[in-house]
Amino acid sequence: MSSLSVNHLLGIKYINKTDIELILDTAKNFKEVINRPIKKVPSLRDITVANLFFENSTRTKLSFELAQKRLSADIINFAASSSSVKKGETLIDTVNNILAMKVDMVVMRHSSPGAAVFLSKRVNAKIINAGDGAHEHPTQALLDAFSIQENLGTLKGKKVVIVGDILHSRVALSNIFCLQKMGAEVMVCGPLTLIPKHIESLGVKVELDLKKALEWCDVANMLRIQLERQDIKFFPSLREYTMLYGLNMEMLDKLSKRILIMHPGPINRGIEITSEVADSEQSIILDQVENGVAVRMAVMFLLAGRTSN
Amino acid sequence: MKPKIILEGEQLEITITRLCHQLIEVHDDFKQSAIIGLQPRGVFLAKRIHQKLCSILKTKKINYGELDITFYRDDFRRKELIPNKTNIDFIIEDKNIILIDDVLFTGRTIRAGLDAMLAFGRPKDVELLVLIDRRFRRHLPIQAKYVGKTIDSIESQNVKVELKETEGKDRVTLLND
Repeated sequence: MSSLSVNHLLGIKYINKTDIELILDTAKNFKEVINRPIKKVPSLRDITVANLFFENSTRTKLSFELAQKRLSADIINFAASSSSVKKGETLIDTVNNILAMKVDMVVMRHSSPGAAVFLSKRVNAKIINAGDGAHEHPTQALLDAFSIQENLGTLKGKKVVIVGDILHSRVALSNIFCLQKMGAEVMVCGPLTLIPKHIESLGVKVELDLKKALEWCDVANMLRIQLERQDIKFFPSLREYTMLYGLNMEMLDKLSKRILIMHPGPINRGIEITSEVADSEQSIILDQVENGVAVRMAVMFLLAGRTSN
Repeated sequence: MKPKIILEGEQLEITITRLCHQLIEVHDDFKQSAIIGLQPRGVFLAKRIHQKLCSILKTKKINYGELDITFYRDDFRRKELIPNKTNIDFIIEDKNIILIDDVLFTGRTIRAGLDAMLAFGRPKDVELLVLIDRRFRRHLPIQAKYVGKTIDSIESQNVKVELKETEGKDRVTLLND
């Protein structure tokens, strides 16, 4: 069918394979649009979108904003650091106040897992989760899937390893759901302290040795070490982490095959990945950024275009 | 009422050939012209016309493109729309553009097509070619310059265009729903 099965994009968990395929197919059309001389289309000209970022973000926010502008939507931006949240306003009050200004769609990032789901049950606007705590970051998973599909032709049967801080990563969880729904195999790799207990129950492989993981995979998605989320020490030192889980050119050269390197950004150069690898031709990190705009356009176009409510 | 066949087989072929000759009359060798088919259904007709022009003029160098108008439609959010591929690999700046669609009805598709096309530059002039013109049913002041056949129809009727390339036979039918 030509329509999503959901009214909101709260997480990959809540959508099905057909939805993902529809989003990726539509994103292909938008990628063509953003490579035209005139990159703007008027589809969302009567839609107002509020970008509510209760947590800091650079690229996701920019990417969403650009996608909204390319679709001709009206935008209002909100950053928690300069708002009444500091004065003690609750989430629901903040959002209701913004919705009273007649907003049709809300893109929200929040530090609490489930914030987007909570909101979708209480307010009458389409909600897009742009990251809720360490829970989900669906648009990142979709753009990762799009980038892999674009480079390898398909996701079915491909082997993807997610390396690094799985415990604090919303990108990892959304990626696991998305890749599995599309028929890819997923492995997580990192120090045991940063791998959530019972993650095997999601059907993913766990590997502690990066070299073995690289030998197994077609794609390596290197996550950022999120020092700001770590309230205690999970590994002795950054230097040790880099020695065991940092990706360098030497390791890639030793492999019998060529694998794709991804990173959701921002990169800690020289920690989880060396500059040489990040800038190599195997790296599709900048493709991911470009595809992010196309995928987010597709998500907003499809949600806004839903006729039934 | 039974469905009524408007054009069929050889008749349709003759109509398309006639349209091609009309185009050649105006556009000569097509050096400054380009053909653009509107997605989804105008594309097959445009392809047929492009092929025919190439064989009549014995050239392969006639610009041909496909334009999807989904993102420019005015009925977004009124009905569900599936985007198609846009494929225009030439510069339309200062060209004479021939937009091609199968049926001209309300004119809204063409309106969106004109808007979508402007994202690729500023053409010198734009003409419209349609196989079937449902006259008196226009919502917008849009007329085709080249028309395969003009028909009178009422709002509730539908025109179905079948082409060899897609349905295996050439036939245009007026359906009563």
